[in-house]
Amino acid sequence: MFGAMLGEAWHAMGANRLRTFLTMLGMVIGVGAVVLMLAIGQGAQESVKRSIDTMGSNLLIVLSTPPGMGGARAATGNMPSLTVKDAEAIIELDGVSAVAPTINSSAQIIFSNNNWNSSVVGTTPDYLNVRAWSLAEGYTFTDSDIRSGTRVALIGRTVVDNLFGDISPIGKTIRINKSPFIVIGVLESKGQSLDGRDQDDTIIVPLTTAQRQLFGSQFAGSVRMIMVQANSTEIMNMVEDSINSLLRQRHNIREGSENDFFVRNLTAAANSAAETTRTMSLLLGAIASVSLLVGGIGIMNIMLVSVTERTREIGIRMAIGAREYDILLQFLLEAIMISVVGCLIGLTFGISGALLINQLSQTAIVISSQSVILAFSVAATVGIFFGFYPARKAARLNPIEALRYQ
Amino acid sequence: MTTPIILVHDLHKQYETALGPFPVLKEVNLRMDPGDYIAIMGPSGSGKSTFMNILGCLDQPTSGDYTLNGQHVARMDKSALAKVRNHTIGFVFQGFNLLSRTSLLDNVALPLVYAGVDKQTRHARAKRLLERVGLGQYLQSLPNQISGGQQQRVAIARALVNEPRLILADEPTGNLDSKTSQEIMALFDELNQEGISIVLVTHETDIAEHAKRQIHFLDGRIVEDTAIENLRNKNSMEAA
Ligand SMILES: Nc1ncnc2c1ncn2[C@@H]1O[C@H](COP(=O)(O)OP(=O)(O)O)[C@@H](O)[C@H]1O
Ligand SMILES: [Mg+2]
Repeated sequence: MFGAMLGEAWHAMGANRLRTFLTMLGMVIGVGAVVLMLAIGQGAQESVKRSIDTMGSNLLIVLSTPPGMGGARAATGNMPSLTVKDAEAIIELDGVSAVAPTINSSAQIIFSNNNWNSSVVGTTPDYLNVRAWSLAEGYTFTDSDIRSGTRVALIGRTVVDNLFGDISPIGKTIRINKSPFIVIGVLESKGQSLDGRDQDDTIIVPLTTAQRQLFGSQFAGSVRMIMVQANSTEIMNMVEDSINSLLRQRHNIREGSENDFFVRNLTAAANSAAETTRTMSLLLGAIASVSLLVGGIGIMNIMLVSVTERTREIGIRMAIGAREYDILLQFLLEAIMISVVGCLIGLTFGISGALLINQLSQTAIVISSQSVILAFSVAATVGIFFGFYPARKAARLNPIEALRYQ
Repeated sequence: MTTPIILVHDLHKQYETALGPFPVLKEVNLRMDPGDYIAIMGPSGSGKSTFMNILGCLDQPTSGDYTLNGQHVARMDKSALAKVRNHTIGFVFQGFNLLSRTSLLDNVALPLVYAGVDKQTRHARAKRLLERVGLGQYLQSLPNQISGGQQQRVAIARALVNEPRLILADEPTGNLDSKTSQEIMALFDELNQEGISIVLVTHETDIAEHAKRQIHFLDGRIVEDTAIENLRNKNSMEAA
């Protein structure tokens, strides 16, 4: 019985192909859009989450205001306002667990015949703790390397790939801006940062070595940036305030004058970025769902037309023994079939679209089985919901009036 | 005494029209025993189709009783009525009323779908009936690929597929030429000989003569019934 009805529904779908196709198109577009939008949204969330995980926790950064950008000391010269001494003072503050003063610049790296431009960071051993960065191979430098300014380097995965290929880099000598450095460690891969930079395209050297040998700084002891790790997320605002007042005091900034530095709460920024992507993906999903709704209304519309057109057929069926239930089931099955077949086609398009975008861009798009199941059940529900009213209308027809209908 | 297949008592039907109630059937009484063969005649508009539709459980009377095979139709719910249309009655229409996009085989088998019969049995029975009405070679054809007489045969096969006890045919030959009409009537005669009760509506006397009993409608009333006349003749002869 059910099999025969399915067969008839299939038959009815084939009877008016163009109309069935156009009705289905609404579902195809709706489901395709939902799957694609959910995939894009989830992909964005996933990559933000991954970047946040690689950032290090409870992180604040203190930056010196770039010369010429204003600030109290701007006029006094080009010297960056932050110093190693500032960093040493910050570590003494309540709630601060680690600090890492850094300077960075891009430099040319050479190993045998290969060369590569990368970002060189001069910093202290705590940098790796603050960034929650571990080594894939080798070992890191220590405070004694800082004191003596040894020429050792930790290199990121991208640098390894571009300079060494398959050779193990540990113990090899590379040249950074012509000065020789020994590679003592390889950093674990971190992938992209929140702002889309490749975090693995980096070289870390002792702060003092960088200051003296690489960047030939005229300003001994000055740094561009200090990374600060707080003990917990809750006290970050408090730590931010105390850094502000400490540095204002240390830099002799008078009441009412602007800071020559600024503090950013990276963790808060990251969380708000995560929140933004979450909202964005919800919004994308919601917009896509509207097209699903429109698709559903399209089905209802066509089913109503179909019931009217087939009134006589319904009358014939009733005259030979169809119950209300049989007619209801017949039209409901047709609506569900249109919506489910449309949904399957839509899923195919949505998933292929997502895979295509994955191929074309490096942003990873995530197709979760939940989003597929969600789209599918929504489509089936849409079919039942929007198919029910026309089907009931058909089932409630009076047999004799339906038979008389011309 | 046998249970009558149809027992109609004081039946009235009026349509509600824009101009107010419009009576179509007035005080109709009819008793039909199983195996009987009735032809209903009468001018257009005299209420024949309305009466047939009520007999076929497609429409309800305004008042009066209709007992089908011992069961009060007024007491049945919609799904019981559907079951009666499916099992007890086979309806044949003037306009054939086949599903146009469906093969002859599936048209004939359709009542069995609603009876919940499995596919193999459905097809076997539909095929047997199509063969019986001489259309065994057209199983997969569509209704518009065969002639009117052939379509009416398909409709009769469909009416027979659930082995009903009663066939109701409203002007079954109304759209057919006289030769084809006689062929269809031969089929009805055969069915009646097998014990199926038949009520058919016709305008033509030569069609009506196939039946054992003729009833005339005029303005919503039965004005003449050969069975009653025979009874009267018999009584008057006995009296004489
Ligand atoms: N649905 C309806 N509404 C109002 N009047 C109707 C309806 N159906 C039939 N009639 C009227 O009832 C009368 C009897 O119709 P019908 O039973 O079809 O007669 P017949 O079959 O004998 O020609 C006619 O006058 C017709 O116009
Ligand atoms: Mg009529």
